[in-house]
Amino acid sequence: MDLAFTKEEQAFREEVRQFFRDNVPPDTRRKLVEGRHLSKDEMVTWWRILNKKGWGVSHWPKQYGGTGWTSVQHYIFNEELQSYPAPQPLAFGVSMVGPVIYTFGNEEQKKQYLPRIANVDDWWCQGFSEPGSGSDLASLKTKAERKGDKWIINGQKTWTTLAQHADMIFCLCRTDPSAKKQMGISFIVFSMKSKGVTVRPIQTIDGGVEVNEVFFDDVEVPIENLIGEENKGWDYAKFLLGNERTGIARVGVSKERIRRIKELASKVESGGKPIIQDAAFREKLAACEIELKALELTQLRVVADEGKHGKGKPNPASSVLKIKGSEIQQTTTELLMEVIGPFAAPYDIHGDDGSNEAMDWTAQIAPSYFNNRKVSIYGGSNEIQRNIIAKAVLGL
Amino acid sequence: MDFDLTEEQRLLKDSVDGLLTDSYDFESRKKYMQEKGGWSKAVWGRLAEQGLLGLPFAEADGGFGGGGVETMIVMEALGKALVLEPYLATVVIGGGFLRHGGSDAQKAAHLPGIIDGSQTLAFAQLEKNSRYDLFDVATSAKKKGSGWVIDGEKFVVLNGENADTLIVTARTKGDRRERSGIGVFLVPANAKGVTRKSYPTQDGLHAADIALTGAEVGADAAIGNPEDSLALIERVVDEARVALCAEAVGLMDESLKTTVEYIKTRKQFGVAIGSFQSLQHRASDMFVAAEQARSMSMFATMANDFEDAKERSNAIAAAKVQIGKSLKFVGQQSIQLHGGIGMTMEAKIGHYFKRLTMIENTFGDTEYHQRRVADAGGLI
Repeated sequence: MDLAFTKEEQAFREEVRQFFRDNVPPDTRRKLVEGRHLSKDEMVTWWRILNKKGWGVSHWPKQYGGTGWTSVQHYIFNEELQSYPAPQPLAFGVSMVGPVIYTFGNEEQKKQYLPRIANVDDWWCQGFSEPGSGSDLASLKTKAERKGDKWIINGQKTWTTLAQHADMIFCLCRTDPSAKKQMGISFIVFSMKSKGVTVRPIQTIDGGVEVNEVFFDDVEVPIENLIGEENKGWDYAKFLLGNERTGIARVGVSKERIRRIKELASKVESGGKPIIQDAAFREKLAACEIELKALELTQLRVVADEGKHGKGKPNPASSVLKIKGSEIQQTTTELLMEVIGPFAAPYDIHGDDGSNEAMDWTAQIAPSYFNNRKVSIYGGSNEIQRNIIAKAVLGL
Repeated sequence: MDFDLTEEQRLLKDSVDGLLTDSYDFESRKKYMQEKGGWSKAVWGRLAEQGLLGLPFAEADGGFGGGGVETMIVMEALGKALVLEPYLATVVIGGGFLRHGGSDAQKAAHLPGIIDGSQTLAFAQLEKNSRYDLFDVATSAKKKGSGWVIDGEKFVVLNGENADTLIVTARTKGDRRERSGIGVFLVPANAKGVTRKSYPTQDGLHAADIALTGAEVGADAAIGNPEDSLALIERVVDEARVALCAEAVGLMDESLKTTVEYIKTRKQFGVAIGSFQSLQHRASDMFVAAEQARSMSMFATMANDFEDAKERSNAIAAAKVQIGKSLKFVGQQSIQLHGGIGMTMEAKIGHYFKRLTMIENTFGDTEYHQRRVADAGGLI
């Protein structure tokens, strides 16, 4: 057992950090620090810089453009990326549909989609959740019926993140209505520009528009857009969700936020002195940092285990990462709220247009607190994660 | 970055687990508690035979040259089996003072007896008002001829009843809460002027309150610099904290395992109570707490070798906080999920809970260490 990073790993961290310093557009970084939303252009610009460096799809197999890094290198890269901070690669393309395509897709599909995912020539979104199918995803109702050389798709998806920017969607559709729940589902991809696709934005409690409802009304999709085998979509979905665990703890994000808490807490006064000098506040912050340190180590244990024994099956320990990671992210946003106190209230109607400088440093803190309530809900709610631990680890 | 054990470490783990599986089921433990002093000389002898009592000492001193990971493995196993024998007091703390501060002559005088199991030690540090501050020492050591005369009272000295030698912190100069002027002295337990009042502790161990009244020791009794040994004390107590973290991980593992087995078999309303989601989620949260504790126990083990003493202490304090929070949750919920049976002396789970609880209050509780981390500016 040796828990220190090797010299090579430390050098790699330095290389990654330096690349971010030199290449992340400063305004993009600032907006992330302040908790603002980025425009599509800002995100795509950064992802293409990353892709040009060869780091856009770092964890893919080398033949499809991956880096061949070790698990620890991936961990370091993610941590540095999150804590710099720079925008993380678009998960829907890079971490979700990409691996499904190179694992289960045919050669034609690999050639057609993978390079465009890597360079974000196509922006992908995820068509999984439906109004009646959240945690019980397998109850989904969106139908794909075969008609000649086409699928005819009807139904509705929801919580579709950033669908307003999307060119493509990967969609779980019921293709055999007579089969048992999980058995009759297929994994189909198609253009969001297809006739019959309607996107309706959902405004969330932070005031932002990240998620959407997507309606399919007799959407015609070429038959060859099925990935893998018909009615095997549930297996691919499980595979995809297992892959999602990389970075799910979001340790780097929380680290960055703790640095921000410290920075603001040494400026904002309470009782005539900076709030960081308040013992009770400091102890609360220390408690959060300790939890985060423990989470970081737990994550490294999972990473090291994957490095040794291969990714294979989803590791139920990733449920620990999801639960603790989301709780800590939420705690950091609560601490930020505590720091700014009464200045949490003003609602920033101007956005980031520089017309209201006095508010710029506080405007996004309450929205970020509201927005972060989602992290214990998405990606399998924390209650679902507890079910997974109970069944897969404890055998209950 | 590698979390796996080496082949040798795995063998060590197997051998200590094997020994304890053979000799330390819950019924045997009850018998050991009835022996004189409250633990088993026979088990202690077997620990010595397997080389576990010599584990952390240099080969040149007759030991096996084990490091922090080896101690972690042993302490986890001792925790899992709820072991009563004075490994922490003798090998980790007593041995720690000799390893880090002992002269060749002191090592030659004490290590062979520790390693072969014929001698045990005890650390007489806590005072009536010192609470968790290691620098708060009222006991005095005054020069007399070439030696020292020690006066003061020490409390809750683990293994104080049985120890052959006491390791006593005493002030050679300065005021009670001054950081300098503190020495560490080897005092034979049967020295004139030493009186011991023994009692069992809540977790089934044994401790003693010890009065030193004009206890005289020679010039060779001081470990390290008698006027400035706080750094040595902090170093050794940090190692003790790391060892307690590992012991607590072993205790939590066993508590969780026992509790999960129980809720799988206990039936109410015609079904195993483990089929109820509220209990499943509680057990899952216990697992999360235990895993976070394990991570920090590993972190503390690694931090033990940090060169910067401040960084080391801060990391180990952080680990003690996480362990404290986790052990409270796992311990309390183990009792809760067992229901009424968990409240009885007859069931083993309550004994795990009690040992876990006492660990929290040894060498700094959660609040104490959280304040230390906060005052040090956190970890990030």
